[in-house]
Amino acid sequence: MSRHRDIRNMDYLDDYDGYDDVYGHSVEDDYYISPSNRQFIYNREHSTRSSEGDIKEEDESEAQLTDLEKTKVESCIDQIKETLGSISISRNDLINMIMKESFNVEKIINTILETPRVQPEPVKEKVNIQSTTAQSELPTIKVVSTPKTATNVTKGFDLPQKEARPPVLTPRSQSPSSDRETPTNLPNVDASEDLKTPKIRENKLDVQQVYQKERGDGKEHLYMVVIGHVDAGKSTLMGRLLCDLGQVNQRIMHKYEQESRKLGKQSFMYAWVLDETGEERNRGITMDVGRFQFETDTKIVTILDAPGHKDFIPNMISGAGQADVALLVVDATRGEFETGFDAGGQTREHGLLVRSLGVSQVAVAVNKLDTVAWSQERFNEIVAKLKAFLKQVGFKDTDVTFVPCSGLTGQNLVSKPTETELISWYDGSCLLDVIDKFRSPERPVNKPFRLSIDDIFKGTGTAFCVSGRIETGCLTVGDKILVCPNRESAIVKSLAIDEAPQAVVFAGDQATATLSGIEMQNVSVGNVLCDPTSPVQVASQFQARIVVFNVTVPITKGFPVVLHHQSLVEPVVVSKLISQLNKSTGEVLKKHPRFLGNNTSAIVEIKVSRPIALELYSECKELGRVMLRVGGVTIAAGLITKIIL
Amino acid sequence: MKLVYQDIDKDNEGGVALIPEEPEDMWHAYNLISEGDSVRSTTIRKVQTESSTGSSSSNRVRTTLTISVENIDFDTQACMLRLKGRNIEENQYVKMGAYHTLDLELNRKFSLRKQEWDSVCLERIDMACDPTKTADVAAVIMQEGLAHLCLITSSMTLVRAKIDVNIPRKRKGFVQQHEKGLAKFYDNVMQAILRHVNFDVVKCVLIASPGFVRDQFYEYMFQTAVKTDNKVLLDNKSKFMLIHSSSGFKHSLKEILQDPAVMSKISDTKAASEVKTMETFYTTLQCEPAKAFYGKKHIEMANEAQAIETLMISDKLFRCQDVKLRKEYVRLVDSVRESGGDVKIFSSLHISGEQLEQLTGIAAILRFPMPELEEEDSDGD
Ligand SMILES: Nc1nc2c(ncn2[C@@H]2O[C@H](COP(=O)(O)OP(=O)(O)OP(=O)(O)O)[C@@H](O)[C@H]2O)c(=O)[nH]1
Ligand SMILES: [Mg+2]
Repeated sequence: MSRHRDIRNMDYLDDYDGYDDVYGHSVEDDYYISPSNRQFIYNREHSTRSSEGDIKEEDESEAQLTDLEKTKVESCIDQIKETLGSISISRNDLINMIMKESFNVEKIINTILETPRVQPEPVKEKVNIQSTTAQSELPTIKVVSTPKTATNVTKGFDLPQKEARPPVLTPRSQSPSSDRETPTNLPNVDASEDLKTPKIRENKLDVQQVYQKERGDGKEHLYMVVIGHVDAGKSTLMGRLLCDLGQVNQRIMHKYEQESRKLGKQSFMYAWVLDETGEERNRGITMDVGRFQFETDTKIVTILDAPGHKDFIPNMISGAGQADVALLVVDATRGEFETGFDAGGQTREHGLLVRSLGVSQVAVAVNKLDTVAWSQERFNEIVAKLKAFLKQVGFKDTDVTFVPCSGLTGQNLVSKPTETELISWYDGSCLLDVIDKFRSPERPVNKPFRLSIDDIFKGTGTAFCVSGRIETGCLTVGDKILVCPNRESAIVKSLAIDEAPQAVVFAGDQATATLSGIEMQNVSVGNVLCDPTSPVQVASQFQARIVVFNVTVPITKGFPVVLHHQSLVEPVVVSKLISQLNKSTGEVLKKHPRFLGNNTSAIVEIKVSRPIALELYSECKELGRVMLRVGGVTIAAGLITKIIL
Repeated sequence: MKLVYQDIDKDNEGGVALIPEEPEDMWHAYNLISEGDSVRSTTIRKVQTESSTGSSSSNRVRTTLTISVENIDFDTQACMLRLKGRNIEENQYVKMGAYHTLDLELNRKFSLRKQEWDSVCLERIDMACDPTKTADVAAVIMQEGLAHLCLITSSMTLVRAKIDVNIPRKRKGFVQQHEKGLAKFYDNVMQAILRHVNFDVVKCVLIASPGFVRDQFYEYMFQTAVKTDNKVLLDNKSKFMLIHSSSGFKHSLKEILQDPAVMSKISDTKAASEVKTMETFYTTLQCEPAKAFYGKKHIEMANEAQAIETLMISDKLFRCQDVKLRKEYVRLVDSVRESGGDVKIFSSLHISGEQLEQLTGIAAILRFPMPELEEEDSDGD
């Protein structure tokens, strides 16, 4: 073997010999039944009924319906939901009720409202919620194929999850892959049950109490990533919003106005609030995520103004990885919307990416409506196209809101519109109200501490700081932490959120930690800070279940791709194609496929050239997702299902 | 490489004498020599001499040795080829059967004898001795905080420097750290270019990146060059070429080598043509999957049907120690050629060769679809 010493490692032949023994069979056993591909993409076409024998009877009532009845049932359910928000009755009961009342929505709603909510034993309740919501997410019968017994629900991706662990209700953890509902009107049983289940962290009760004490009465914090095609007006819209909210000093704004005019870029003056580097200002293009904080009636909102340019998608991904919700900005100008929306435009890619990264609520700002004289038809045309697209990507209709506006003129941002043309057809909320109405996620503060490093910089004096989002758990000044994958320990000297010092920070926070006891050059972006008593996993080879998007060339064994995991960007190789799966049922279609083409789903093995810190998706959703990109195009999204090495 | 002498008989047995002239020739020699061959060359040997008084001293002497090769080691970075084996010709300093390690040296002749010279070996000699060399190209592939400086010769792509530094992101009110970090990064890349690029042989320096990194860097480098009156850079300014790449990772080289502007400038280098063939393979796999296969089993079946139009095979497969296996591959190559197919032996040091190696090392585009192969379970994966 010595002759291969300096040639690229990875001797294929050797590798291959052991393949069947090691992976061949376990694959099937572990992943045979997987939930549908809702994980990534919503696809109506696959809504065929399954005839598997292990489906519980409750589904059968549905299966017996005729097509016409089914359609009617769906529309009833939609209507009921619209009226009641999300409901805590299982879909099946609902269908029974609908059939009993013969599609009389009024009556059903009354019945629901009158029936005192029975609280079944917790576990059951959870299962019910999952099935209900799974169905509401997919208003077709497709879900039937996901068996809904308590054990079956946890199959597939959730398999290795500890049985009793209740669902974590963060919208962010609602990747398309999650079976769970966004946290609107869910009964609180879950959250409180959660508290009583010990195990995950010894002092978890304390954590929750501390969290309540620290954050309980304040406004909720929300992280919102602003996405969209290049020049859609994202920065301008946000800059203007901040100005109108009085967040930007008037003197500074005046300065921006003067200086941008000097550069002949006065139309970018508002964008300068977020585009701060000389390069960005000169070119009029956002390159890295800009941040700014402001408050609404009920929330503190941190905006992450992502770059729209194709080449800066890596930065956009790291921003989106830290967001709870997204604001998609589209340019309504004729031709411009189309450019951004057509194949190759970033409207689609961004939409797909944020959804795959676990963002489940999105507001769409139909921007620059001033350029089309506030045309209602144009607005409706765009809304129709985007609605269909967003649904296909996996956003629920109820989690998508559209707002007509203009960032440059400030129309419909912080207050009701004044333009007569707009008033004539629009009387909905302004952008600020829409943002205020986003549902804040539940933060997984009870899980072991994890922070994925997004930025490293010098602090005052000799100390250095790392910043990033706390994915799970909490961190206190003085804590000892481990920096993975190098497993170096360090001490937290101080903590801050948006420059304001903190004693303790929690899951969901975008925090800055000053570290000591470790050299700055031993820490890199993409490293994970974790609790030394319960460290993050480190791997250089793992399996992921991926969904392949539209690709120009298929993925084969040995395919070099760029892996995005939080802020980490690493070159990796798809080292094995283990099995191709049915997109909707997760059933293995083919073992060892030769290649993976458009819109396929598969289990693959990925090899990283150096170890990285990650988690199984079933253990920690935030650190269990990966994106694969090639040549500047996102080709697949994946969930880590198994660590090999 | 210079071929000084060749004597191979009808049975393909015999020997050649070669003089490696440039680092790349070591790579050819590495691909040429197999375990069991005998190699004769001058070398330095430490010898113990015992004086009449009985005290022994050790001396280094230059001598010519012939060894039967048992172990081959190639250091890519230094382009060093090290052969280990037993002495098979008695010599005044070294006994028969004693172990010796031969380092092949530039500009020193070595003779190589093989039991059997096959077509792949002979082709390698032709390739190594081809005087119409394609120009050497340097490529800097970069993104913010990461740069790879690669040297591309006809058969090798060598990463000469990798610069990986942390650049603080832009933060509200603190853009200086970001801008300072960038400037330092650009300086590192510039130093790497000055250290590793020999402008006497390099005809073209490609600077590739996503976004505006390449433009910013180019501007930085030449501003600095003017300030410091750096003649080397200023005189060679016309050799620099800015191209788009999607990242600063090495495999982005693939994109660069496909860029029409680059293609026209560096003409048909082996690296670029390999990239193109690989791309054709993948496109075929996408559009007509029954016409693109990989893995030994499928390829052999396709060859039996005389279906192979283009065979791509990694030179690594010919370096295997298993003589029988090597012969099988050689036979495959010969057979594809006989039936009119094109054979491309990929260099495992080039970017697409690296990829091919991961893809079982062997792949083919067929003349006609063979859907029946798709039913066969492949051995590839
Ligand atoms: N007419 C009109 N122009 C607008 C509006 N909003 C933004 N613009 C213009 O659109 C151009 C791009 O604005 P930016 O805010 O930089 O766009 P962006 O989406 O942040 O661009 P990137 O961050 O580079 O992707 C600027 O010239 C703005 O003045 C609007 O509502 N109406
Ligand atoms: Mg912008």
